[in-house]
Amino acid sequence: MSAKTYLDTVFLTHRKVTLALHKLRDGSGSPLLVLHGLGEDSSRIPLADIEWNGPVWGLDFTGHGRSSVPVGGGYSCEMLMADVDFALTHMGPATILGYGLGAYVALLTAGARPDLVHGAVLTDGPGLAGGAVHVSAHAEITSAGLREGTNTTPDPWALIELSRDARPESYVATFIRLATATSPLSEPIAMCCRVRPPWVTTTEDAPGVMTNVTVNEALSIYASE
Amino acid sequence: MLVLRRNLVPMTDERSYPGARVPDRIRIHDANGVGIATYEWGKENNPPLFLVHGGNDFARTFDVFGPMLAEAGYRVVTWDHRGHGNSDQTALYSWDADIRDALSVMSSVTDEPAPVVAHSKGGAIMLLLAESSPYRVKSLVNIDGMPAKRRMPDAPDHDQSRLMAEEITTWLRYRHEAATATRKPGTIEDLARRRGAMNPRLTIEWLEYLVTVGARKDEDGWRWKLDPTMRFVGFGPWRPEWSLLRMVSLSIPFLGMLGTVDEPMGWGVNERDVRPWLPRNGHLHVFHDIGHFIHIEQPRAVADMVLEFIS
Repeated sequence: MSAKTYLDTVFLTHRKVTLALHKLRDGSGSPLLVLHGLGEDSSRIPLADIEWNGPVWGLDFTGHGRSSVPVGGGYSCEMLMADVDFALTHMGPATILGYGLGAYVALLTAGARPDLVHGAVLTDGPGLAGGAVHVSAHAEITSAGLREGTNTTPDPWALIELSRDARPESYVATFIRLATATSPLSEPIAMCCRVRPPWVTTTEDAPGVMTNVTVNEALSIYASE
Repeated sequence: MLVLRRNLVPMTDERSYPGARVPDRIRIHDANGVGIATYEWGKENNPPLFLVHGGNDFARTFDVFGPMLAEAGYRVVTWDHRGHGNSDQTALYSWDADIRDALSVMSSVTDEPAPVVAHSKGGAIMLLLAESSPYRVKSLVNIDGMPAKRRMPDAPDHDQSRLMAEEITTWLRYRHEAATATRKPGTIEDLARRRGAMNPRLTIEWLEYLVTVGARKDEDGWRWKLDPTMRFVGFGPWRPEWSLLRMVSLSIPFLGMLGTVDEPMGWGVNERDVRPWLPRNGHLHVFHDIGHFIHIEQPRAVADMVLEFIS
């Protein structure tokens, strides 16, 4: 768990999960929500590299950072998308910048909540690739490390389950289509990753996806639209 | 680790049902911190046989079928999936987690491969478990739990996208509302009638019996124990046919059973969908004019077929 101090932290409780939403930087204008990579937390966000005039927030996913650790795992990217939905309900509409796993979750959220996501910028980080998209044997997992009496993040179940979730092309394409159909932006998804797993290469030519831009160029475009 | 920590057998308003038997042993198994209610019929030193229930169901739905297998000389072991019956309600649910819980319960009974009989969603997750851990499963009987590729409605892409958008929005809205949700209370008759909408072919006497072994009695009435935050997610990356692609790889003896009458809780698959994917040692038996709950509609016939197959 990170010892970093934040400008402010809001804890959003939803039944058995408490999410930590951190204010990373003050500013004037529309907010930016930054999503960390797999196994990271908001303290790992390279804030100095991010050019954004409005307030910048970071969300610790379930089982990460200062968010709570659920007993017995059961993670999916769709549940993390629901985490972001809770954060956006608190914050209001925002642009999202996602690293690695956070990039994929940003894309899902852009499709699920096009009214709340003013552009999703996807870039490199841990957990970008996901798992196999077809038939593959699951490993039998009988231990996720020493967990006796601990509530330590990142949750080992999160690392195991979220590093192998399937991200089929047609599924990703549907979320891009949903984002594009409703968003006021002409290109609501910006793919800025240098690493290009199959779910990226097979969808980057889709209408509504911006490519060949840097993270800050994409943020600048969304800030001005 | 075994922990007895709650009264798992309701003591009031119990109803009987012909052939139904309270399990011989009931315990809570600690599966990586999740309490899994586990039930057994038959002597502890008999060879084990695992029974796996379906989604939105619970282990005590085997109260007639389980004892039939136990009387043939097996130690029949079954459990409530997380969020179901008397097992813990967790923050997160997934098939991977269900499989892990299952392996944990199975390991608490034996490290040897054992026969598995699984219904509906239980059958689908046991296909995954048997493929990934074949050394755990001696033979597999799958009762109407072989999901096949969905036939998409004949609608253009934009209509299908709209339907998916509605499913996602509904699910996210439900997650907000479910934070304070509780199950609706009612009489035994109320709960049986509500369940009857999902199980239209089962008798009201059986459904009322299920209330007394699968619901809890609060001051304001009976409530089903199923976690109210759990809801079928109508979208996701998983494709139903992936289960069949795993099924074809199985090297263990396999018996699939299909009912031909569509029901709300069924997969809506037919023989034509499943037969091409039977494994090398696989057989398929089709029950005509039977619904999704084959082992409840025809417990004796299914038990006899299972016993002959696993022997």
